Parts: sequence; structure tokens; C-alpha cells
Amino acid sequence: MTNGTVLKTSALSIGYRRPRKPPVVIAKDLNFSLHPGELVCLLGPNGAGKSTLMRTLARLQPSLSGQIWLDGRPLADLRPGQLARRLSIVLTERVDVGAMTGYGLVSLGRHPYTGWTGSLNEQDQRIVQWALRAVSAQDLANRLTVEMSDGERQKVFIARALAQQPSVMLLDEPTAFLDLPRRVEVMELLRQLAIENNQAILLSTHDLDLALRNADRLWLISSDGELFDGAPEDLILNGAFERVFSAEGVSFDRARGSFHTRQDNCGRLLLHGDGVAAFWTRRALERIGYAVGNDDENGHASFYPARAASRASALGSVTVKLRENGAIYILDMAGRKDSFSSLNALTTYLRRAGAGGNADAKADQNLHTRR
Amino acid sequence: MNREKVSTPPSHFDMHAAFARDFLYAPGLLLAGLVILALAAFMLSLAVGSVRIPLRDIVAVLLGGDAAKPAWATIVLQFRLPKALTAMLAGAALSVSGLQMQTLFRNPLAGPFVLGISSGASLGVALTVLLAGVAVGLGGSTTLLAGISLAGDASLALSAILGSGLVLLLVMSVARRVQSGMTLLILGLMFGYTTSALVSVLIYFSVVERIQAYISWTFGSFGGVTWRQLQVMAPAILLGLAGGHLLMKPLNALLLGETYAQSLGLNVRRVRLGIIGSSAVLAGVVTAFCGPIGFLGIAVPHLCRSLLNTSDHRLLLPAVSLMGATLALGADIVAGLPGSQLTLPLNAVTALLGAPVVIWVILRQRNLRQAFAG
Repeated sequence: MTNGTVLKTSALSIGYRRPRKPPVVIAKDLNFSLHPGELVCLLGPNGAGKSTLMRTLARLQPSLSGQIWLDGRPLADLRPGQLARRLSIVLTERVDVGAMTGYGLVSLGRHPYTGWTGSLNEQDQRIVQWALRAVSAQDLANRLTVEMSDGERQKVFIARALAQQPSVMLLDEPTAFLDLPRRVEVMELLRQLAIENNQAILLSTHDLDLALRNADRLWLISSDGELFDGAPEDLILNGAFERVFSAEGVSFDRARGSFHTRQDNCGRLLLHGDGVAAFWTRRALERIGYAVGNDDENGHASFYPARAASRASALGSVTVKLRENGAIYILDMAGRKDSFSSLNALTTYLRRAGAGGNADAKADQNLHTRR
Repeated sequence: MNREKVSTPPSHFDMHAAFARDFLYAPGLLLAGLVILALAAFMLSLAVGSVRIPLRDIVAVLLGGDAAKPAWATIVLQFRLPKALTAMLAGAALSVSGLQMQTLFRNPLAGPFVLGISSGASLGVALTVLLAGVAVGLGGSTTLLAGISLAGDASLALSAILGSGLVLLLVMSVARRVQSGMTLLILGLMFGYTTSALVSVLIYFSVVERIQAYISWTFGSFGGVTWRQLQVMAPAILLGLAGGHLLMKPLNALLLGETYAQSLGLNVRRVRLGIIGSSAVLAGVVTAFCGPIGFLGIAVPHLCRSLLNTSDHRLLLPAVSLMGATLALGADIVAGLPGSQLTLPLNAVTALLGAPVVIWVILRQRNLRQAFAG
């Protein structure tokens, strides 16, 4: 832990060597460091080299050039056992380990510490128990891994990585196979582990929202091998997200911290109202292709450089009014007012009006008057 | 690949798991049971055959005393005892080799026979036996036809080990590139075809006595092994078994796959060579002395895994050795058709007993994927 850094790279270049051909360089001149107690998320488009970077840091594949230091020592100089006591991994792919209990699986994490039979001594057993407790998986100790759900299995695999007592844990898309609640749970768990054990945790993910909310830092890696390093908010504000994902056919919405693929081509609507209902009304309108402006849109304008083209005058406005039995959405467009009891009715109306002209829209008016 | 969550009533699973746990907490008890089973099969194989010998006389003979009939002592000491020891060694060797291959390739259908190690050994033996015949045929010398001496046994074993080792290295080098178990199995199958083609060519140019010797070798037999041959076979197999047991920790790590195993500090390349080495010695030596004996190597690991409900090699390796020894003795007893003067080819018996097990394994594929690192 020299200078509070557990892992550090300098001028690192990653990629693949090929026989009798120049190597495929995926990213080069990478300089970054990991500190104890922090959770760093690695984000980037598919094929940008997230897994290659992970594999290189875990010494599962050689770097092309440059240096990696782990606990102040060159990674290449560590013996396999020494490395395994400092760094552990959790892989994306699910591994069927056969008839093995959760306890048995976690105890495999003690391999770098045990003798030739792999038998656990008292201290090893205590650490296995501790690792299971740390991920709140004590109840999985005696269950067979094949009987576990994806979320339970992931927890046990994280416990296995913990049992190696590493100073750095690398996780390759640990939330990939999980449903949303489990994803949130795993992410919070990792965040907690980083703090409690003073470990550095690096994980790759496609889960932008969770990464933005949980990571102490993000590493954004672009298709051409550039790496942006900073607090999530920094990378949003300095435009790194746009740079990294610009070529991917999506645009990044800085104000909301999310991606859009749809071009605003239906025109612009003003939105009146505030609170949660207004927030979701905006989302619904944007989803079907409208640019949405606020009452006081001057302040917002600068945040939407990508949409400057669609900043023509508004087609009309939507007003959200809250009633006792729910919200009412009033559409004021082309000189007439219609009210809708649900966003489904509103968007259905707008979609038909947009696609087939007013005649169709009128024929479907019973859709909202009936409600 | 998504699999639906297992939602079997918990009571059954809990009971099952609890049962397995109690077992695991008493591995000594379990292994002791298997030892007793193996010893029982050993005694039985000494007792039955064309002549039934009472247990009391067998014990007397084994302890250096005299039997009720002098001929019994000869039968036990000169025929049944070496045969029983050979069967135990061969059964244990093939089963451990099969377990190692299944774990290394993460494939439930892997085994020494399927991956072509036995085919390689067959080719090695065919080259030794038949080419010797060709040389004799061409040179007209009779000295080379003299009975197989100790040196001859060693060269037979050596050629089988070389043959099987070469095949395994070939399979491994392909395995590192393709990573698909199915491709490997096809490779083993293709190698089997190539081998039999080469053997056909050798047979075509060989002399009748040598062909006869080779063909009866392919039937498989524990009975052809003499005390003198056992002096070569037993140390080689015991060495291979010891090597296999020394690898229990790496084998457990390999249950997680090679990447995890490496991240646990395993030198995967070295371990792989160790596994291949001991596996080739075990399968090769058995094949050299007893012929290509099928099915035991595939079936016994599956039997032990489902019996013990564990994939922990610390328990599986000794269990598989004992179970393999027991079943090989059993197959030999059945092949001897007790009470008759006839014997069946050993391979016919192992296949007749083993094929249903392999079919059962395939039919239980779904469960297998869970109960085995597939």
C-alpha cells in the first residue's frame, strides 16, 4: 500500500500478440491507479477492451508493454501464489462446479494458503465463515451450488473471491445475469465490502445507472482505446461520456445521465407542471419522439447541443394536473384541448396523430373520451 | 445460458443435502466401507471360478499354510491371486484416469477410451507386436518369436505409454485451441478410426501367430498377467495412482475452470501436464498388459459422484480407486462364468455392464449438467 495505492499502471499497453504479425493493440498508454477502499466501475462499449484490461490486470494474459504494480511490486515478478493472495477475480461466465456446497466453493478461495491436500485449518475455516457472513450468505453454506439462484450463486462467488483475502478484487460484469433488485443488492454489497475491508474493487459493467450511483470513480474506455478516469459526475460534466459513446449511434443526455437512441423528429412540446408526474410525462413524450421543453427553457437550452436542430417553435403544450384520483394530462395542440386520464391514452393519441394525420386521430378519440 | 431456478420441494433437497453432509463429515467411515467392499470382492474372486474353493482354505493359503487339496494352493497362488491383483490395479487405474480426464476436460463423457488414449496404446502395442512379427517374417529368425520376457513386457508397456501419451498431448494441444468438448470427442473418435486403419495395414502384412496374439489382446483380460509381469505393472500403476492422488488440490481448483484455477495461483500448464502424465501412465500400462478395457473409466467416476453427492477430489479419488477395483473384480468374476469351464471376453462383460450406465448418464444429461462441471 505504498502511497495509498494498491494497483498502479504506467504506460500500459494491452492487446493480443499474434504469431509473425504485429500485435493487436486495444489500448495503450494507460496510466491509472486503484486505492484501498474504493469501488471503481469500468464502462465502455462492447469490444472496447474491458475484459482485456481486466485479464491483463489479473495477469491472465500478458500486457504488450508498460508496467503494472501490485502492492508496490511489479506484477510480473510475483509468484502465482503471491499473486493469488493479493488479487482475486469473479468472472462473467457461470461455472458449474458440480455437487459442491456453498461452503465448499468458498473454501476453494483458500487455495493460495492451504497445503497440498487443500484441507482447511482453523484459521482458514474462520475466514471462510467470515467471507460467507460478509456477503450475508451464511444460509447458503450447506446448500449445493446447483440449487442456488443466480443471485445467490453470485454472492457465493464473491465470497470465494473474498476468502482469498486480496487487496484488489476484479469483477467482470458481476451483475450481468441478475434481475434488477439483485443487481442493486450486489452493487451495494461491493461498495460496502470496499469500505469495510479497505479493499480496492474494480468491476466492469454495462449498468450505467448503477455505476453512476455507486462508483467512487469511473474508468471509461472508448472503442479507440482511450481511458477516461474520474468521478462519475466529472465524466458527465466534461463530456467524456459523449466522446466514448458518440460513435455507437446513441447520444448521452447529460442532464439525466442516460442514453438516447431515438432522434427527436416529431417536434417539440412544452411541458407545464412539476413533480414526479411531470418527470414521467416528459419521459413518455421523449420516448415517442418529442423534444420536451420546460416553461423556463432558456436555462436548459445549453444542455441540449445535440438537439439544437429541433428547437423550432413548439407544436403545443402538455399540462399535468394532479387530481385526487390521479393525474390528468391536458394536451393543447392545433387550437384544441384534449384531456387524457393516462399517459398511455396521451401517447397513443399523439402517435396516431403524428403517424396518420388528424383524421385517424379523430376516429380514435373515443379512446380518451371513454375513460 | 439461463437455467430456470430449481424449485423442487425443499424438504427432499434438504434431506438429500443433509445426508450428503453427514457423509462428508465421516469420509473415513465411507472409505472404510468401500475398502471392505473391495476386500470382499477380492476374496470372492479368489474363491470362485471353475473350481469353488472354501474361504478357510484361501485364507490358509494366503497366510502360507496348506489347503485341503494341494491343487487349490496352486490355483490360488499361481492363477487367481495375480489375476485378482491385476484386476484391482487395472480397475483403480482406469477409474482414476477417467475421473482426471472428466475434470480436466470438464466433460462428463470423457474417459481414457473416448479420448483415444487406449487407441494410442493399441497402436503402440500393435506396432510392437505386429512389426516384430513382420521383422520375424522377413528375417526368418526364430529368436524374436521366443516368449515374451520381462524385457518384452517392459517394451510392451513402454510402447503403450508412448502411444497413449502422444495421443493425449495431441488432444491437449487441440483442446487448448478449440475449448469445445464435442470437438475433442470427435477428435478421439477420428483417432480411433485412424488407429484401426493403421492396425489393419499392420495385420495385413503380419504373420498369423502375431495377429492371433494381438486380437486376443484386444479382448482384454486380467488373467494373462503373470507374477513376473506384475512386477512391472504394479509399480507403474501405483506410481500413477500416487501421482493422481497428489493432484487432488489442483483437480478441485480445476472444477472452477482454468481461468479461476489460474487466479487461485495454480500453474495450469504444469498441472495439466501432470494430469496428462499420470493419466497416460495409468491408462497406457493397463492397456498394455490387459488390453483396451472400456467403460470402467467412464462409468466409475459417475457412480461415485452420484453415490457420494460430491465433486471434491479429496474424497472422490480414493473412492473412485476402491470402487474401480471392486467393479473390475466383479466384472472378472462374471467373465469367469463361475462353476463352468468357459470364460467370456472381459471387454464384453465391462461393455454389457457399462453401456447401460453410460446410457443412463446420457439420459440424465440435465441432472448431469448440475451434478457435474459441464
